[in-house]
Amino acid sequence: MIPLSWYMALAAILFCIGVCGFLTRRNVIVMFLSIELMLNGVNLNLVALSHFLESLRGQAFTFFIITVAAAEAAIGLGIAISLYRSRRTVHVDTINQLKG
Amino acid sequence: MIPTVAINWAVVEPILPELLLIGIGVLLIGLDIFVPRQRQVLPWLTVVGCLTTLAMVVGSRPSVAFGGMFLVDGYAIVFKSTCLAGVILTTLMSEHFCRIIGLRQGEYYSLMVFSAVGMLMMASAGDLMVLYLGLELMALPIYALVGLHKTEQRTSEAAIKYFLMGSFASALLLFGMSLLYGLTGTTDIARIAELIATLHLGNNPALMAALALLIAGFCFKVAVAPFHLWTPDVYEGAPTVITAFMSVSPKVAGFAIFGRLLFLGLPELHEHWGPVLAVLALLTMAVGNITALCQRSLKRMLAYSAIAHAGYALLGLLAGTAEGLAATMTYLIIYLFMNMGAFGILMLLATPDQPHESLDDCKGLASRHPLAAAMMLVFLFSLTGIPPTGGFIGKFYLLKAAFSAGYTLTVIGAVLFSAISAYFYLRVVRYMYMSESQQTISCSFSPGMTAALGLCLLGVLGFGFFPGPLLDWTTAALAGM
Repeated sequence: MIPLSWYMALAAILFCIGVCGFLTRRNVIVMFLSIELMLNGVNLNLVALSHFLESLRGQAFTFFIITVAAAEAAIGLGIAISLYRSRRTVHVDTINQLKG
Repeated sequence: MIPTVAINWAVVEPILPELLLIGIGVLLIGLDIFVPRQRQVLPWLTVVGCLTTLAMVVGSRPSVAFGGMFLVDGYAIVFKSTCLAGVILTTLMSEHFCRIIGLRQGEYYSLMVFSAVGMLMMASAGDLMVLYLGLELMALPIYALVGLHKTEQRTSEAAIKYFLMGSFASALLLFGMSLLYGLTGTTDIARIAELIATLHLGNNPALMAALALLIAGFCFKVAVAPFHLWTPDVYEGAPTVITAFMSVSPKVAGFAIFGRLLFLGLPELHEHWGPVLAVLALLTMAVGNITALCQRSLKRMLAYSAIAHAGYALLGLLAGTAEGLAATMTYLIIYLFMNMGAFGILMLLATPDQPHESLDDCKGLASRHPLAAAMMLVFLFSLTGIPPTGGFIGKFYLLKAAFSAGYTLTVIGAVLFSAISAYFYLRVVRYMYMSESQQTISCSFSPGMTAALGLCLLGVLGFGFFPGPLLDWTTAALAGM
């Protein structure tokens, strides 16, 4: 039996990798992947806790998060495509028309 | 053999306003696809639908639905009404502005209505799951709305920035929620408060981490410094009507869940979140007001002013008292009218070939269009907080609440930054009244725009002269909490 703390540590590590990726990477698609990684850290946390606390709420919550993440991906990639069409790039360093 | 259970339709009653709005959203898409010739009825259908929902919300009985997941109490009713009023004012302004900049009007209104459904759910959330679902249902249509105007280059940049920052904030919020769930074993907000008190979790480090993540996530959503960096870019890049919408309704809904979670779920931790929010509020007012001083674009200046106003609204929240929460609610209602009004005048200046968003474009507005200039004067006075406008009343009660809760230094800071803000608000007034006009564009009022600006003016002046009913309403709304 793997103890709960291992799951939670893995979830926290996944989440931190996601945060670091989001803050350091400069490609919109990779930044978006990092956000998905953060969400999966949360999902792992919720499922593990739900199992060890013997309450189903965590698992129900996970289903909602997965569903919303799918909708979010659809909108995010749609925006990325419209950005690519107008700029021919998805690098955040070149997306700098708005500043001040 | 599985026994069949009759569905009790009475349980749906508390969510009837949301269901009606969803129906209207679907109807709007249907009308857009199947009756494309009749597109001009879409805004009016949206307004009528939102007004009906508003009437249902105001008249709804306080109740608890779906096992505590969905709360219809006075608090929810006030926030729901404010959000819906924001949607109605935006829709009234939309028709005029979308025609001028050539924005496709089809799915625009249904996206706005779906976003409103999300806000209503947020205001009523009694459970972390409902809170998250409402938040995403509100945010996803707005990401699309920001990027809808594809012929303009700036909008897709604004949309991607908003999307990335919004999703990042949601992920932070979710990790905080998962920690909260791990500590208490429930997602019910009221139950979390009970368990924190009975299990003596007050100083648990994991709970502190959860609180920090939740505050960071909420601060991203309501644009509080140092999590405000996306705000000016997104507000400047989005079409002005969407900026007006974003600076009001989602912010009000964000404060609704912020207040709900802190007051209902984590009141035990007030000694921890009170000072943190005090520092954040001061920082927000400083950043918003000082950066607004050096802006040449009126739209960007209003974006920074929106950040500063989020800082003022935090003052009531950090006090941690019912009086403070009532002051925040009152302020948000007044802010709705004055900010919408200021953005409305900015929309009037726009022409099909030029957005006319810089400070120079309002030079000599008083001679070109005295009525528009006079209205802008009232809105700017109100944003500054000069009596007898509503902005003064709102700010006064916020400062009073924070002062009586013992945050004297924060109150002094707020007053100082408020004085600084007078410079850049009144500079616009000086340009309007004391400079020569550089161009001769004429402003045209459409019926919707006239109605929206009239309502804003009525709101700002009405609440300024007769604040009593509004204060009674917000205070009574908190009586049950």
